[in-house]
Amino acid sequence: MSVAHSAPDSDLEPGAPRHDLLRLATAGSVDDGKSTLVGRLLHDTKSVLADQLAAVERVSRDRGLDTTDLALLTDGLRAEREQGITIDVAYRYFSTATRSYVLADTPGHVQYTRNMVTGASTAELALILIDARHGVVEQTRRHLAVTGLLGVRHVALAVNKMDLVDWDQRTFDRHVAEFVSLASGFGVVDVQAVPLSALFGDNVVDRSTRASWYAGPTLLEYLESVPVGTDPAEQPLRMPVQYVIRPQSAEHRDYRGYAGRLASGVVHVGDEVVVLPAGSRTRVVGIDRSATPGEPGRPDEHDVAFAPQSVVLRLADQLDVSRGDLIASVEHQPQVVQEIVGTLAVLSDRPLRARDRVLVRVGTRNVRGLVADLVDELDITTLRRGPAPASLPLNAIGRVRVRLAEPVPLDDYADLRRTGAFLLVDEADGTTLAAGMAELAPLPSAMAGEPEF
Amino acid sequence: MTALVDRPVASHIPLSLDHLDHLEAEAIHIFREVAGEFERPVVLFSGGKDSVVMLHLAVKAFAPAAPPFALLHVDTGHNFPEVLDYRDETVARLGLRLVVANVQDYIDDGRLRERPDGTRNPLQTVPLLDAIEADKFDAVFGGGRRDEEKARAKERVFSLRDAFGAWDPRRQRPELWDLYNGRHAPGEHVRVFPLSNWTELDVWRYIERERIVLPDLYYAHEREVFSRDGMWLTAGEWGGPKAHETVETRTVRYRTVGDMSCTGAVESDARSTADVIIELAASRLTERGATRADDRMSEAAMEDRKKQGYF
Repeated sequence: MSVAHSAPDSDLEPGAPRHDLLRLATAGSVDDGKSTLVGRLLHDTKSVLADQLAAVERVSRDRGLDTTDLALLTDGLRAEREQGITIDVAYRYFSTATRSYVLADTPGHVQYTRNMVTGASTAELALILIDARHGVVEQTRRHLAVTGLLGVRHVALAVNKMDLVDWDQRTFDRHVAEFVSLASGFGVVDVQAVPLSALFGDNVVDRSTRASWYAGPTLLEYLESVPVGTDPAEQPLRMPVQYVIRPQSAEHRDYRGYAGRLASGVVHVGDEVVVLPAGSRTRVVGIDRSATPGEPGRPDEHDVAFAPQSVVLRLADQLDVSRGDLIASVEHQPQVVQEIVGTLAVLSDRPLRARDRVLVRVGTRNVRGLVADLVDELDITTLRRGPAPASLPLNAIGRVRVRLAEPVPLDDYADLRRTGAFLLVDEADGTTLAAGMAELAPLPSAMAGEPEF
Repeated sequence: MTALVDRPVASHIPLSLDHLDHLEAEAIHIFREVAGEFERPVVLFSGGKDSVVMLHLAVKAFAPAAPPFALLHVDTGHNFPEVLDYRDETVARLGLRLVVANVQDYIDDGRLRERPDGTRNPLQTVPLLDAIEADKFDAVFGGGRRDEEKARAKERVFSLRDAFGAWDPRRQRPELWDLYNGRHAPGEHVRVFPLSNWTELDVWRYIERERIVLPDLYYAHEREVFSRDGMWLTAGEWGGPKAHETVETRTVRYRTVGDMSCTGAVESDARSTADVIIELAASRLTERGATRADDRMSEAAMEDRKKQGYF
């Protein structure tokens, strides 16, 4: 084998806690003060630089405000203001000594579900705001439904504008109790509620002196302490193959490696794996990942790799493996299905109907599909799954059955997010129609015969 | 399905990544997605630090093979000579194909006219789009980061451009999980931003960790400069300084490199990557606010240029 170099696995050295990354998504209704809260987080973590702050101060003065409006830090584009549209998600970045944060800031307007589904799809934490004067409102249910549906593990509940209810503990407790009870109905159990005032900065980064009754963390303290990531050792191996690497150079004449990012799990050299959907079994003989500073073009050999690393796997046997295949654990395999049942969030203006022909994207695989039927539609207010609708419009959430032209490996989204997620795409113009979360539990369905293509 | 351990891993070993590992793994994933889904991808490569980091990641993503991409540079004709040397050395070392689109050619034959302020950054859009069309590039990697500027904060990783290269905010697709949708019609192309989630400080920390070599002007050096609009501009053939502007020698470095006419240096003693990181951590200005005259022109300067097909 031409790749001889073996690097020390610096990722695996025990020692000081590493500076890690937390992805979170915000959710709030109009006028909850979400922009002010995000601005406050950026400002009080010293993530706003002088020229940005000066611009915001100037605009605040121009608008005749006494204080600097931190919400302007997250102000939209001119095109949005002029056309009255909102682009779904804006990303903000801040960091502390402990962590870097990627914050998906989702506007709380008309296209709410679409926006939050997008932001929440990569988030490990949802930051949900309520106004202390109003408590849980209709929108809050929607936020929790999406949080639960997308499998976001942690929720920070920001009870904002506490200054407007005189920091009343009973008001706070009442809102929190209602929220927690509602949350459990959506399967959201890990909730940390914080009473705060984004406008004055109480309990956002700096501890408030106005709520002596509150002994919990400030919002930032909670964000700093929440555990990130899933322990890859607790999940089975999944790696969608993205690309086959064959240098065909003199030095690497016989090199053939399968490039991909581990969606879940751990892989060791010597492990037996299965390549799906074909089902062929083989052994991992090499794990390559460039890790030597100054030598990006030289892959170093590693004994182990884990999610979410991007690696190259070499396999023992000459198999027909290509982009779209999934390399998986032999002991805990995904199902190979020719029909997907899952819950969809519709993202496009075009309503989804039974008999629609679509492209289905799962992992790195694109297959043709047919929407066999719309099973039900979720009513966010009552949490009930209503009868089969005639169509699912933009922002609707409902269950569908999609027949596939060829089999694909699939996990249950509740178990494995990355390999249980799918997209429906318009084959003609490429529009992303809907985001789906697969459910592998069998429906009481009349499994119709052959797919109709 | 109950997820179980395939094989026990010694419990003292933390299987977790730090934030740079995360960003690196994400960027490599993006490069490989494009290689798998597109016919003719190209990497915008200027020799600027973001494009150098991009190329470094592209090399990692396909090692030990070469990245399956050509490189494209839009040369304003006012680029720093040391950066052009760096560009050419890098391309030769990696054995990649470089396409250069020259703004000067367009000015010489009248297709573009010099602006009164002498700034050539806005003139790059037409040669860029022409080069994309001529070579039928269907995916164009750019080094843009969402932390740079508010029009970029809403940019997708895969950003769809129409046949005129234009960015229509309303046509952008929602991007979920790591399922990037790169489908496009003939004549359209997709701009891809693998560094979307990186900040300026992340880029520098990565440069330090990976021992990436940059053009020297990113580090403190003596240079003949003059002051304009509160920025130090290099005295040179491109047109500066004007009669009332005094040239002096200062110890400066560049935080961004672009067209000499509108890229300012900052006074600095940071002579190493470690020094730069310390300086940035204490900096009170964004890199564009500090060093890019073209972005100061108006509140929505970047937004307007993006819509017209700019990087």
